[in-house]
Amino acid sequence: MSAEPTIFERSSPGRMGISWPQPDVPEHPPVEYLGQDNIRSELPLPELTEVDVIRHFTRLSAVNYGVDTGFYPLGSCTMKYSPKINEEIARFPGLSRLHPYQDERISQGILRLLHDMQVFLAEIGGMDAVTLQPAAGAQGEFTALMIFKRHHERVGEGHRRIVIVPDSSHGTNPATAARCGYEIRKAPSGPDGLVDISALAAELSRDVAAVMLTNPNTLGLFETRIVEIAQMVHDAGALLYCDGANMNAVLGIHRPGDAGFDAMHFNLHKTFSAPHGGGGPGSGPVAVKSFLEPYLPVPTVAFEGGRYFLNYNRPESIGRVHSFYGNISVIVKAYAYILNLGPEGLKSASENAILNANYLLKRIAAAYDVPYGERCMHEFVASATRQKAHGVKALDIAKRLMDYGFHPPTIYFPLIVPEALMIEPTETESAETLDAFADAMLAIAKEAQSDPEVVRSAPHVTPVSRLDEAAAARKLELRWDSTGD
Amino acid sequence: MQYIPNTDADRRRMLNSIGVGDVSELFEQVPQPLVLDRLLEVPGPLSEMELGQFMGDLSRQSADLGTYAGFLGAGIYDHYIPSTVHAILGRSEFYTSYTPYQPEISQGNLQAIFEFQTLVCQLTGMEVANASMYDGATALAEAALMASSITGRGEWVVSNCVHPAYRETMRTYAWASGNKLVDAGRSGIITNLAELCSHITGETACVAIQHPNFFGALESLREVEALAHKAGAIFIVCFDPISLGLLKPPGEFNADICVAEGQPLGIPTGFGGPLLGLFACKKRYVRQMPGRLVGATADSAGRRGYTLTLQTREQHIRRERATSNICTNEALNALAAAVYLCTLGKHGLRQVADSCLQKAHYAVKAVSDLPGYEFPFDVPFFKEFVVKSRTPVAELNERLLERKIVGGLDLGKFYSDLAGHMLLCVTERRTRAEIRALVEVLAE
Amino acid sequence: MQSKELKFTTTHEWIKAQGNLGTVGITDHAQSELGDIVYLELPQVGTAVHAGEVFGNIESVKTVSDLIAPTSGEIVEVNEELPETPEMVNEDPYGAGWMVIIKLEDPADLESLMTEEEYQEFIREH
Repeated sequence: MSAEPTIFERSSPGRMGISWPQPDVPEHPPVEYLGQDNIRSELPLPELTEVDVIRHFTRLSAVNYGVDTGFYPLGSCTMKYSPKINEEIARFPGLSRLHPYQDERISQGILRLLHDMQVFLAEIGGMDAVTLQPAAGAQGEFTALMIFKRHHERVGEGHRRIVIVPDSSHGTNPATAARCGYEIRKAPSGPDGLVDISALAAELSRDVAAVMLTNPNTLGLFETRIVEIAQMVHDAGALLYCDGANMNAVLGIHRPGDAGFDAMHFNLHKTFSAPHGGGGPGSGPVAVKSFLEPYLPVPTVAFEGGRYFLNYNRPESIGRVHSFYGNISVIVKAYAYILNLGPEGLKSASENAILNANYLLKRIAAAYDVPYGERCMHEFVASATRQKAHGVKALDIAKRLMDYGFHPPTIYFPLIVPEALMIEPTETESAETLDAFADAMLAIAKEAQSDPEVVRSAPHVTPVSRLDEAAAARKLELRWDSTGD
Repeated sequence: MQYIPNTDADRRRMLNSIGVGDVSELFEQVPQPLVLDRLLEVPGPLSEMELGQFMGDLSRQSADLGTYAGFLGAGIYDHYIPSTVHAILGRSEFYTSYTPYQPEISQGNLQAIFEFQTLVCQLTGMEVANASMYDGATALAEAALMASSITGRGEWVVSNCVHPAYRETMRTYAWASGNKLVDAGRSGIITNLAELCSHITGETACVAIQHPNFFGALESLREVEALAHKAGAIFIVCFDPISLGLLKPPGEFNADICVAEGQPLGIPTGFGGPLLGLFACKKRYVRQMPGRLVGATADSAGRRGYTLTLQTREQHIRRERATSNICTNEALNALAAAVYLCTLGKHGLRQVADSCLQKAHYAVKAVSDLPGYEFPFDVPFFKEFVVKSRTPVAELNERLLERKIVGGLDLGKFYSDLAGHMLLCVTERRTRAEIRALVEVLAE
Repeated sequence: MQSKELKFTTTHEWIKAQGNLGTVGITDHAQSELGDIVYLELPQVGTAVHAGEVFGNIESVKTVSDLIAPTSGEIVEVNEELPETPEMVNEDPYGAGWMVIIKLEDPADLESLMTEEEYQEFIREH
């Protein structure tokens, strides 16, 4: 398939993609209302028919791979199947065609949904109070760290300026901490892949505001000494945060709040099946223990006197992190998902996610190093170290997997594993799919020995082959230009 | 169970292959006291059909803008969404994909975002645009952070005529990052230039203004630009994307950064989310710009392709020194905006903007004929306006609701000196009959 | 340029002294680890630099790294062509890929840096 030209190259003067009604009110020249200096002379947007637009974007979709296309084992992203009923539900007019400032009396349905969702997430996380406002996981982390910061200020511990983050953490953790003005210290992982407790103890001081952990961690391992860690952190006067990206491992099995975490975020677009959208919208609600509840962003959704309402009476709140109440349609999909599965279904999702990951680990270990043992939770990290000896790196293996029809796993993360391949199958994949993927991985391992060049120059059958990323960063062509090309 | 393909037989086979007897053995590493000994207290399960019925009932407990005529704006607008938008957004190759870190099988996504970036540049007259932020409020906060990073200064001056929720968000981000928000400069419903100027110092990182502002009124961008640049501060303009069908864009006013709420571009009102933060700036600042960027390049065979670029600025590489912590953004909404702008195009967007302009001014004329209503602020406006009412705004809205009309915003809730003033919005969706119905209720 | 006349830092910069001036760049090992260089931020002429402190940064497709001054002094010349052709750092790290020239505060400070043999040993061990 030849490359699809940009939409701008299809533009032709005079075209428009929609019919427009005749004006039904008297018309005046805009300059009369706006003044000459405010009127623009040129509007350089394309001119296209509806057919042009539909064909163009339809063809683009054909060169895009989604979960609905095939297996998508990106570690820590939980690319599970998004139920189509939830897409329909999210478009119901009474859940979508609403204005955030409309009278609360005519918004009781959506307010009830949001209120219930706050309750569900608190229950699932083992926490006491929830904000649905953050628009993504990273924003959830930011919100939680600001809540911690406010709490420390309130109890006279505002001097605490350090946040400890494991060396296996997601990049958003230190980026978020830096955003809140904190200094980052790394907690090294031990040889077992878990937080090195004595190293952590050495870092804990009266200057530490928080420790951010993911549990299970990015290696797919549960922090077995989490209760001890929580105790240590609290004894040092710091707070403990859970990056909830890996909740798909523990739904109905374990709750971070029960282990001693003070706050956590959820990724509704991961654990709760809302689709990823190609990079959003997501939703990153934050759940906290009751002593932090006063600091939650304003407003929260409350219920009193038989009606649901937005509670703005929150004097201790950290303020706002979003224009309104959160990414509502994503929350609606997650809510529907919870109702659909129910308590047994949620637990079963995690159990099967764990089963699938362990089965895949067993099969992949036949040809790849799996540095942290033969058991994992919902994801595991393999290493292409053996293959590197033949000059084939994790990147090459990822590219070659595309030739086999699979989206590659996450590569080069976490940073503590060389040539890392982070694999999370999720529960919505069948054993046949897992076997097909494992077969492909094993075949590529063989190719790495017998024909490394075919792996190193992959992909071969995709719409484009490897792209020159250095040129992209050097030349910096970030928009189409009529003078360019 | 639904969405879990494995049968009991599959599970037994897999457990055998692993060498364990039961799934619970696979999470033995979770200490027993931490394993939940009961089921979660959440409702369900509901079959698909039951779920549809339940959610339908819930949906019917709210009144939507399909059944009520909405004259409420204030940052979220009931603009018409062309059928092309849902047709394309419904393609699951787009909506079930992840961030395009593997470009070879994500060219659809990447090219769409490249085109979106281009469209934002065309709309705003700016040199470079990113792949989206969460919403207009956080886009503005991130612009201020970027201004601090560029200038090394810590004060953010923002006009009091900027949307209250945006200023509140900026305040939260300022506190978190150790910067200072200076929120000032309003007279009535436009920015008071002298007062704004009095707050601009050698510590000012940015001067931010919204045009049209929260009240729908046009501001004096030329004057504010001069003030900002004279002080060596970054000039930030927050705009309305539909208004740019008619209005001179921020790029022509020498804006350094411009941001907006992109919801009017093909995204439902959604009870306020998900939204779309538009973000564009001058090319020289591209390395300090937060968010994702798609760039054009070629593959090994010389074919044109697209890829995420300058990723070294982002959290997954730069970590604590990243320009922002943003990871997931609003990519699908950016796609909606791209489809919207392509469908309407040069002619269509102008028509939408003109429709809003004409209908809003028609409504003002009709209301100005009524006793009990005044327009105390004689300023040019686009699609929203402020009317002062003798009857309390809450009472007006009560009456309007009975007639299945959603009235305007009670400004007294946000600005104490504007009690008794209503912010009304008229988009292209409002028919003459609906406007007359509004006027009739106000006349009572 | 003979790398034997150069001195090396533990942060993979090299410096070649000529009288009271020192030319600075990054080593072949560094450019290889970084990958394709796409961008550089170099200081202005006249900037004071201090041994062990950041004087600029260098960006490849996959990472951004600080450039650490091998010694103290003042920047008297900057390779203006380099930001336009960053690939020079990959292609000729000791020649056309030179970055800045420092007027040395004290040429004797270079004694404490590694020789080429010591640097090769260093990278073998790490």
